[in-house]
Amino acid sequence: MNRESFLPPSTQGSSSAAAAGRAYQPTQAITYLCANCAAPNTLTRSDPVRCRECGHRVLYKQRTRRMVQFEAR
Amino acid sequence: MAEKKPRNRVGIEADRVTDVSSTDFPGYYPGEDHSWNLEKFQENLKIHIEYISELNAEFDLIGVDASIANAFRRIMISEIPTLAIEYVYIENNTSIIQDEVLAHRLGLIPLKANPDYLRWFKKDDPDFEPTDYDTVVLQLSAKCTANPNAPEGTTDPKLLYNNAHVYARDIVYEPQGRQSEWFPEGIAATNPDILIAKLRPGQEIDLTMHCILGIGQDHAKFSPVATASYRLLPTIDIIGEPITGELAKKFRSCFPKGVISINSKGEAVVKDARKDTVSREVLRHPEFEGRVRLGRQRDHFIYTVESTGAMTPDEIFLKSVQLLKKKCQILRKFNLAA
Repeated sequence: MNRESFLPPSTQGSSSAAAAGRAYQPTQAITYLCANCAAPNTLTRSDPVRCRECGHRVLYKQRTRRMVQFEAR
Repeated sequence: MAEKKPRNRVGIEADRVTDVSSTDFPGYYPGEDHSWNLEKFQENLKIHIEYISELNAEFDLIGVDASIANAFRRIMISEIPTLAIEYVYIENNTSIIQDEVLAHRLGLIPLKANPDYLRWFKKDDPDFEPTDYDTVVLQLSAKCTANPNAPEGTTDPKLLYNNAHVYARDIVYEPQGRQSEWFPEGIAATNPDILIAKLRPGQEIDLTMHCILGIGQDHAKFSPVATASYRLLPTIDIIGEPITGELAKKFRSCFPKGVISINSKGEAVVKDARKDTVSREVLRHPEFEGRVRLGRQRDHFIYTVESTGAMTPDEIFLKSVQLLKKKCQILRKFNLAA
């Protein structure tokens, strides 16, 4: 097979999303906080990274709600 | 020659303290019986309560050895069990104060709870599950928001925001099992105004705390006293000729107010040596040399007990006596004579 006959695999082709390097997820909304006005912004994957309130382009991920145990010492 | 100094006196001189150790033990004075005698001890032992309040007490313990007095003090500080926050389960903390620091701060908050109703939480047993007998659950959740009704131009964070300050009074007690029977008044911080954290809009604290019994030896947060200390009763003896006239006034001014008074004959007399701070100011003046003897009574202990609020100071002292007794009973189980 010579080089000219090679066709790169197309993303729309038969290969799955996982094969294309993306984990399949139902469109999950995550709430971020605006770095400028602290407003909560719920974004999905396709949304632009931009605050809906003030247009600021820096958004922070929220702290995990996972419980952490500490000794009060 | 001035009269002899009593045996139970510590001498206080300008440059040194003399006769610090007690001498009332067998064999010190030839021909005298100083062996242990319960009747004699009962006769000499006196307790005088100067004042007592919800949090503070000053009382005198007279007629015991320093070792016993010191044992009570040490037990009060480090061996009386009390309840304190030990485990902090942080669900969320977006305040500027770090989780570890917040947990530490929470641990130091004194709690008002009778420790007698609780059992020991067995920390060294990995299979030990907390129960209502040994663990008290507290909750703290606060979320700060901006106050839309804040007055124009104010800079006070308390007005600008809701929940800007998180205080010890915001801690909520959650009775478990039969705890509502044992603690009908609930469990809360003794000082509701302790500031735990400051928040700004959007910041949140949400955590659960487990409180267990402990002793001050393990961590100072378990100590039931803020201070527990004693001092020896100061003594002031005017030797020989009375101090009169102008000199008496000068003598009086060498001591704190109320220690020395001047009687109708113009003589300086000791009114209340207890109030003396033993500053030794008199000993600096050559005119009083050989005319006054400062000292302290070696078997007269003036205790000052300051409670953190979990127990009353008298309760704390009685518990220290109980504990010392228990220790002695344990010691007696061993056959020491053999």
